[in-house]
Amino acid sequence: MGTTASQLGKDLLSEYQELTFLTKQEILLAHKRFSELLSKDERNLPNTRVSMERILTLPELKSNPFRERICHVFSTSDQKNGSLSFEDFLDLLSAFSDSATLEIKSHYAFRIFDFDDDGTLDCGDLEKLVNCLTGETDDTRLTTDEMRQLINNILEESDIDKDGTVNLSEFQHVISRSPDFVSSFKIVL
Amino acid sequence: DGEKKKRKKRRRKGAHRAEEGEDEVQTRHERREREKRRRAKNDQETSEEEDDKEEDSKDEEVRPECLTPEELEKLKEAVDERKKLIQSLRGKPWPMKKKLVTLRESQEFVEKYEGALGKGKGRKLYAYKVMMTKKWMKFQRDFENFKTACIPWEMKIKEIESHFGSSVASYFIFLRWMYGINMILFGLTFGLVMVPEALMGRPYGSMPRKTVPRSEETSAMDFAVLWDFGGYAQYSVLFYGFYNNQRAIGWLKFRMPLSYFLVGVGTVAYSYMVVIRTMARNANESGVGDDNSFNFSWKMFTSWDYLIGNPETADNKFASITTSFKEAILEEQESHKDDNIHLTRFLRVLANFLVLCCLAGSGYLIYFVVRRSQKFALDGLENHTWWERNEVNMVMSLLGMFCPMLFDVISTLENYHPRVALQWQLGRIFALFLGNLYTFIIALMDEINLKREEEKIVKFNITTWEASLYNGTISENSTAPSITINPADVPRGPCWETMVGQEFVRLIISDTMTTYITLLIGDFLRAVLVRFLNYCWCWDLEAGFPSYSEFDVSGNVLGLIFNQGMIWMGAFYAPCLPALNVLRLHVSMYLQCWAVMCCNVPQERVFKASGSNNFYMAMLLVILFLSTLPAIYTIVTIPPSFDCGPFSGKNRMFDVIHETLESDFPAWFSKVFSYASNPGLVLPFILLMVLAIYYLQSTSKSYRQANVELKKKLQTVI
Repeated sequence: MGTTASQLGKDLLSEYQELTFLTKQEILLAHKRFSELLSKDERNLPNTRVSMERILTLPELKSNPFRERICHVFSTSDQKNGSLSFEDFLDLLSAFSDSATLEIKSHYAFRIFDFDDDGTLDCGDLEKLVNCLTGETDDTRLTTDEMRQLINNILEESDIDKDGTVNLSEFQHVISRSPDFVSSFKIVL
Repeated sequence: DGEKKKRKKRRRKGAHRAEEGEDEVQTRHERREREKRRRAKNDQETSEEEDDKEEDSKDEEVRPECLTPEELEKLKEAVDERKKLIQSLRGKPWPMKKKLVTLRESQEFVEKYEGALGKGKGRKLYAYKVMMTKKWMKFQRDFENFKTACIPWEMKIKEIESHFGSSVASYFIFLRWMYGINMILFGLTFGLVMVPEALMGRPYGSMPRKTVPRSEETSAMDFAVLWDFGGYAQYSVLFYGFYNNQRAIGWLKFRMPLSYFLVGVGTVAYSYMVVIRTMARNANESGVGDDNSFNFSWKMFTSWDYLIGNPETADNKFASITTSFKEAILEEQESHKDDNIHLTRFLRVLANFLVLCCLAGSGYLIYFVVRRSQKFALDGLENHTWWERNEVNMVMSLLGMFCPMLFDVISTLENYHPRVALQWQLGRIFALFLGNLYTFIIALMDEINLKREEEKIVKFNITTWEASLYNGTISENSTAPSITINPADVPRGPCWETMVGQEFVRLIISDTMTTYITLLIGDFLRAVLVRFLNYCWCWDLEAGFPSYSEFDVSGNVLGLIFNQGMIWMGAFYAPCLPALNVLRLHVSMYLQCWAVMCCNVPQERVFKASGSNNFYMAMLLVILFLSTLPAIYTIVTIPPSFDCGPFSGKNRMFDVIHETLESDFPAWFSKVFSYASNPGLVLPFILLMVLAIYYLQSTSKSYRQANVELKKKLQTVI
């Protein structure tokens, strides 16, 4: 019995409930939405992966500036192409769910913002992050001066050990004091 | 697939071993069968033959019978550790595959050795306990699932979230929370006050207080009178005056006056509890607010709202984030420049002076209008136009609509940062509503005093009227015969409590109507005009003035809070108010959801009034306190009317407690109570509480200091 059979087995369902922050209805809804992304013949194969392009057609992810990073972070595929299996999809929803803890959200947020996957947020990562946030059109981008100023301010605030990068614990420290983070870092199907 | 093969292998092994170590396996088998998990049937090997890829090697040779107590202890610890691991698996940032493998391993380990641990006398009990714990956890999980499925309006709010972002959705979440509170209040007042009186009390028409007076009978069914809550609506369970002061009613011996009093106190107590508990929970979640030390980092890392699913909203969000970055950078550079501080200061003082004038003016206007309406009432209401009859409510609602706009215009003089300006605006609107409400109450107090004067006169008149009745028949018999008089003909005292209840109900209804009409005209009509007139208009209506309206979160939240304040104030005198409010909130939810999706556009700049979520909760708490003050004052100082309501005939309303203690409780109880309410005991208790508050505050201050010190140390240590 695979994880993308047309019906989820009861035991597998209860294991998923144990291992994620999702309720039974949410898992079943996720299964339904995931199956819709698959073609008819793929649905009966176990452990299929959905390519990144198809995942990004989901309305919840379509308008998100970090959509590709999200897919890369949660994907466990060997080819590193951002494709998600159903279990990866559940991991994604669990981390973004309402009841997920601050630690798990901040952990995944850090990995999403770490564009070059080196375990720290350096100037290049921060610059790409700002560009994502300000949209892709030219008139909304910041000038190089503004960018430099912004990154300096951020490093001054968050970089406690003054090594020029923000590591995971510094990031978690900053995030834990924010009142908005938990409520905005949410995706609900 | 690999998992399946492993399972098959184990099953085969288990069957093989079962033949060998039959005895011990059988006992364990029996125990397992009591546990209902499917996997239990697989694990039938003895420990020695366990294939140890999955397990810790230290437990290789465990045979339950030959364990020493320390090894038993160690085994127990290992099992507990595994259980903890299972519970914490959710919060680990591992991929699902790894979590599944760990879960299955740990579950097998726990099952295998859990049975082993229950050796000796407590074996059966232990296994039973384990099974009950498992069932309990499953029940809890199912209950959580059920609870989340029961939450109403979830899909609607989710849709709004994806279009408008989380700040607009927070208003609807707040509305839903209020709806929940009002449902509970409705349950209390309906179930414990209205239903008992309706079912078990004396029916309509059996007593003077329950009957429409003869003079009003002809108009009692008119729609206009009913809409005004007079006529049959007034003489029903909806208002205070209908209730009988009989101590125990019906076959249940239901203590009606006691129940009325306790429900009144209970609604306030419940509201306090809920608001404070929510505030505490919010405070815990958001942590100690260092609002300014991580400004830029928060803008970077937390400003994107992941719930946005609409490309238009996303574009708006991009624009607002860019603006906020640029502004923050500019502010950082300009924070040491203040040009022309004197002009700014002068303008701000001028603006505050203007606002004070506005507030004073609106307060006086309300007072004037209320006195005028009293004059109209003395003349008789039929002689006046509709406007004059409903003047008070209309004026209050209109002031509530137009003054905030005025404040907005005045605040352009002040030149504050938008977040600070929003806080000032909210503060001023709060002061406006509060002032209006209190002026209304003061005017109401005047009316109450008038009615009490009237009551004295009516009391005197009744004695003469009764005497006249007896005089007519005294010639027939020497003993006074019992005269049956139709209750409708008995002269009535003016029941001031019902009057207060009616005033509040009318206020709430007119407030609701005003809100809905403003919504329809201000939002819907405007959107229709902009959309359809745009084809034949000289300038672009959609981009310039007036364009589509944005959803005013703070204004709506304030309106909701004040509405709730009025409910709390009036619920003691009109038990129908929570029911009315439930209906109102229900309709509001649907109407506003439709209006926001249909007529509003996402906000261009999103500013929250404060960093923490407790700002609105704090306002709600203040309103709760301020609105229960008048009710408490009237209960404690004013004697109840002599002929209406559940407390008629008593000296003060709270005498009902005293009466209950004396008659319903055993003698020693009232003695204990009288000792407890002795000032000699109460004063030291209050002193103790004040000391406790002082102590807690000073410890929290010292913790905050320690926090700051540690932070500084952290920064200098590297």
